Amino acid sequence: MNLRRIRLVLWALVAVALAGVLALQWAGRRREPSQAAFRPDFALQDAAGRTYGMEDFRGRLALVFFGFTNCPDVCPTTMSEVALVMNDLGSEADKVQPLFISMDPQRDRGQGLSEYLAAFHPAILGLAGDGAATQAAAESFRIHFEREESPAAPDGYTMSHSPGLFLIGPDGEWLRQFPHETPAAEILADIQERI
Amino acid sequence: MKRFAIVLGLAVMLPLAAAAECASVSAGDLTVTGAWSRATIGTARPAVFYVEIRNDGETGDRLTGIDTPVAAMPMLHRTVVKDGVASMPHAEAIDIPAGETVSLAPGGYHGMLMELTAPLAEGETFPVVLRFERAGSVEIDAPVLSIRAQGAECDAAG
Repeated sequence: MNLRRIRLVLWALVAVALAGVLALQWAGRRREPSQAAFRPDFALQDAAGRTYGMEDFRGRLALVFFGFTNCPDVCPTTMSEVALVMNDLGSEADKVQPLFISMDPQRDRGQGLSEYLAAFHPAILGLAGDGAATQAAAESFRIHFEREESPAAPDGYTMSHSPGLFLIGPDGEWLRQFPHETPAAEILADIQERI
Repeated sequence: MKRFAIVLGLAVMLPLAAAAECASVSAGDLTVTGAWSRATIGTARPAVFYVEIRNDGETGDRLTGIDTPVAAMPMLHRTVVKDGVASMPHAEAIDIPAGETVSLAPGGYHGMLMELTAPLAEGETFPVVLRFERAGSVEIDAPVLSIRAQGAECDAAG
């Protein structure tokens, strides 16, 4: 009798867990469209001076990072993850465009942004506009960056910034953010599911 | 043929090299191991220094600074992500509590090597002196790994 009661309680727990999972999934599905309801954009230049906007990447997923090359920790770590994702995509790599948008465009351009990014992966496109265009791009992606004066940084300043990777859909819709330190395998799995 | 044999030999040794134990240096109760850095392009941008410090003693210690001949301005920094924004404040000192291991690793504490005197090339090593409040100075060689490296390519010592 006791065993029977325990079994009943366990089944009840299973039912509660199942209901919870379903509710979460349903809530997740409902939340996504409202988050994805915006299309970030920008007008920024590559090393050759060509101006790009999000429409240049239509039909492909875009994996967007806002960074600066004087950043010794977060930016190289993220770029090496992007390189891993691109390598592991193999023959499907051409369906994903990784972008590095400089938040420190003047210094980055002077120090060779494309050369720096090529050391991680040749597919990563580095874009660096002027101050106003950079600010507009960040606002469009709803991210924060700020120049901080600091004697403990090269040239006396550093940048604080939103360190996530942003995934933009083939039609330009914002799909999701991968928070800083999301493992490359997780990013890869998400992207492969969408391709 | 000879070249093939060399390449084959290197290929066979690769997993061995990857599994090699990290160099480790002890001073008093502290053991410093797993040092590494990333290759740089030129000298304009700061390089990074990562390492692991274990305190087997009963008393806490503090890492107060680093010195290296490859950079005129080496400093301790910490990546802090707060409310979705990453910043990298200067760390005056890093506590090494008794009985604990503290890592300078991606996404956390790191040495920021500014004003490089030469580019860091993959495959090289360079010495770094860690200054501790109690244990004094400890010197360790940091191997320069690929710019894409995400961690030390050796096994942490014991």
